[in-house]
Amino acid sequence: MSTNVLRVEDVTMQFGGVVAVDNLSLEVNEGEIVALIGPNGAGKTTAFNCITGVYEPTNGRVSFYGKELVESYPHGRMKKTYIGENGGRYTKRVVPTPDKITKAGIARTFQNIRLFSSMTVFENVLIAKHMRAKQNLLTATFRLNHAEEKRMREETLELLKMQHLDHLKDEIAGSLPYGIQRRLEIARALATEPKLLLLDEPAAGMNPQETQELADFIRQIRDEYKLTIFIIEHHMDLVMQISDRLYVLDFGKLLAQGTPEEIQNDQRVIDAYLGVSEDA
Amino acid sequence: MGKKRNMILGALLLLAAILAIVILEKQLPPTHIALMVLKKGCIYSLVAVSMNLLNGFTGLFSLGQAGFMLVGAYAYAVLTIPVEARGSVYMYFDGGIINFSVPMLVGLLASGLAALLFAWLIGLPVLRLKSDYLAIATLGFAEIIRAFFQWDKLGVITNGSNMLRKYPTFNSTLFPFIASAICIGIIVLMIHSSYGRAFRAIRDDEVAAEAMGINLAKHKRMSFCVSSFFAGIGGGLLAMYQGSIQAAAFKSAMTYEILLIVVIGGLGSVTGSCIASFLFIASSEWWLRFLDSEMTIGSFKVPFLRAGFRKVVFSVIIMLIVLFARKGIMGDHEFSIDGICRFFRNLGKKKEVKS
Amino acid sequence: MDFINKNLPYLLAGISVGGQYALIAIGYTMVYGILRLINFAHGDIFMVAALVTVYATTTMPLYVSIPLTLIVTVVLGLAVERVAYKPLRNAPRMSVMISAIGVSYLLQNLALYVTGGLAQTYPAIPFISDTIQIGSATTKMVTVVTPILTIILVFALMQLINHTKIGMGMRAAANDFETSRLMGIKVDNVISMTFLIGSLLAAIGSVLYFTNYASVVPTSGAMPGLKAFVAAVFGGIGSIPGAVIGAFIIGICENIIKGLGWTTFSDAFTFALLIVILIVKPTGLFGEGATDKV
Repeated sequence: MSTNVLRVEDVTMQFGGVVAVDNLSLEVNEGEIVALIGPNGAGKTTAFNCITGVYEPTNGRVSFYGKELVESYPHGRMKKTYIGENGGRYTKRVVPTPDKITKAGIARTFQNIRLFSSMTVFENVLIAKHMRAKQNLLTATFRLNHAEEKRMREETLELLKMQHLDHLKDEIAGSLPYGIQRRLEIARALATEPKLLLLDEPAAGMNPQETQELADFIRQIRDEYKLTIFIIEHHMDLVMQISDRLYVLDFGKLLAQGTPEEIQNDQRVIDAYLGVSEDA
Repeated sequence: MGKKRNMILGALLLLAAILAIVILEKQLPPTHIALMVLKKGCIYSLVAVSMNLLNGFTGLFSLGQAGFMLVGAYAYAVLTIPVEARGSVYMYFDGGIINFSVPMLVGLLASGLAALLFAWLIGLPVLRLKSDYLAIATLGFAEIIRAFFQWDKLGVITNGSNMLRKYPTFNSTLFPFIASAICIGIIVLMIHSSYGRAFRAIRDDEVAAEAMGINLAKHKRMSFCVSSFFAGIGGGLLAMYQGSIQAAAFKSAMTYEILLIVVIGGLGSVTGSCIASFLFIASSEWWLRFLDSEMTIGSFKVPFLRAGFRKVVFSVIIMLIVLFARKGIMGDHEFSIDGICRFFRNLGKKKEVKS
Repeated sequence: MDFINKNLPYLLAGISVGGQYALIAIGYTMVYGILRLINFAHGDIFMVAALVTVYATTTMPLYVSIPLTLIVTVVLGLAVERVAYKPLRNAPRMSVMISAIGVSYLLQNLALYVTGGLAQTYPAIPFISDTIQIGSATTKMVTVVTPILTIILVFALMQLINHTKIGMGMRAAANDFETSRLMGIKVDNVISMTFLIGSLLAAIGSVLYFTNYASVVPTSGAMPGLKAFVAAVFGGIGSIPGAVIGAFIIGICENIIKGLGWTTFSDAFTFALLIVILIVKPTGLFGEGATDKV
């Protein structure tokens, strides 16, 4: 049994009266590629946002390598309007900002690419090195940390070379083709030296060949960087091909979980995706 | 290699500027308008660059600049007025309660630190606000600071709403030039450091910056404090330039002027801010001055020309720039010898294509 | 009772000033609601309205000059929108705000040029300048007229917004600018209408406001403008009833503070209130929140 990396327990996210993620529990173990799938609007990205600190979950807990990362319970106005489950189970509020979570070792990409569009490819990746650098405003301004800055630049270049992006390093990120922007976003996430990588629809807008390349690429970075990968994806070929296990989300609720074969044969999943006809 | 060459070129340019100032000071009478423009231009360059750091590089739309300049100006004046002059300055407050004075440079440093302290306190609550709410809250704080400094109860320190004067000032244009150059140099170094990159990342995309491990609150506050520190020093220099200061002068109109300078120069361009500062000061105080006096050419009396027309023409020009040259003089590029060479080369190329 | 008697003049002045702020604040809040723009020039349009009255009354009888003021102000408001804001419709919000600051700068300098830098004496307008006695306080008729007129105008405006076609267009544009454009609403007309209403109310506000003051200078509009904006934020920007209530609260508080002898801080107080509300409830009293989608 390998080590548990990410554990999500009873996470519920309620916006006003709408429950976007409903009592979601899941686990991701070391070295696995786990996928989170579900129809549009099922709450997949919201779940990611709860894990990465963009949203504070209304209720529930997220732990990382056995240590508690995020925890919350319905408070304030939500106390009365909460309609999810396990209302009384959690009593602490631990709500780190997204940067703390990145620092703890969880990196992510975004569904709609979010690069620093006016900066160069090199700078985009170099930014990720900022948080772990030993420096402060004074040493950085007056170049007293020359060695540190040099190290950051070398590491960045190294990473770009490995991702075959080094020939583009002086291009402005916003002007790159879509596919390369996606790769750059993943490279940038890798530069934060994560243990767990969350990919939000990395194959969106890609053709079958590009999707196949992406599948190889994801496996390759998992092995090279000893990563655990948690991925949201719509391309079923990709998901079935690379993931060790899957979780299926529908209307915010966990519908099914299991290996690709199990999920492919699960009647509920097929219904959720294809719909159930009235007279069936 | 290119970097080294640029540094040498920059140093040469700086030396040339210093030399030019020395020669101008020798040639022109000390009250000549050109020297006034140079002095004020230097000070405004610093203030505009510090505002650009916040608005152009970090993407925080703050309108508190005049408030921090006021803090800086007062800190400088209050601390440096010679002990023997305090009796006459603070005539309504029995000479005030401060009975020491510090040397000029210490006072200037203190002006920056005082502004930084205010910025740190204000930044705690205000920086959580987004775009226009941040703008209006900082504008509000600047107004509060202005009222605060005019308060009678603080008169023993700030001299209430009366003027502060008789503090040490500068005569040579070199002083504000070198002081501003050092400060702007530090800002440029910071913009090109790891922190400057983090600021620009925040400007481009806050959510992504946070996902890259950049602590938003901490970095926004840093940028805000550094910007205010240099605005404070700019305020101190302005106090020296004017010879006397009064809180009532640091209105929001002053912030607007500086903001317009930043926009004309180009948001995100340090050299743009500097160029725009000198152009702004020179046109508003010197080159357009002829518009203010009545003029007759032969028997023809030129219409409209009378006191105040200069400012109308000036603001029309500004509006034209804001509307039709939205990126300002420099866009987000920097002025450099290479840039000029490239510009002319491209110009040549275009002509070739045409012919 | 003693407290009320002592503070009655300040309370009355507060209600009156509050009504005047309310008339300006509506212009801010409506424009912000639709364009997400802090129209920094609005206070200066208010000032120009006062100057027009000053110049018009020197040559014309009141029954001509007041309507003329209203017309000129409305035309100015529409012109500013057409020239300075419309070309920037697709530009970043910061650019539009800077353009607004530029217009404000231009209007002030223009006023400086026209007046020659001299304070212009505001004419006494019969009836509303008359002195009356309320309880223990002596005040001008305008003190009573302002709140009544404000309430009537706001009521009429609410009818317009809630029960006419153009009003529906305004509500739609405020809700979602792009979609309402796709739905065939002539957004440009809606925006023009918004500026028309805002300028008209500002002009009426200027007649009431300056009756209490002796003179007009080019910077006269800046402070009332800022305060009216604060009122709009306080009430929840985009909400008309919010702006009106915010304006009355600010007008009254400000004058009570003057009554307590803290005149230096009466302006600062307004901004302190602004900052407190922004921090405690950034959407204001009646505003609606919006979240960014990640």
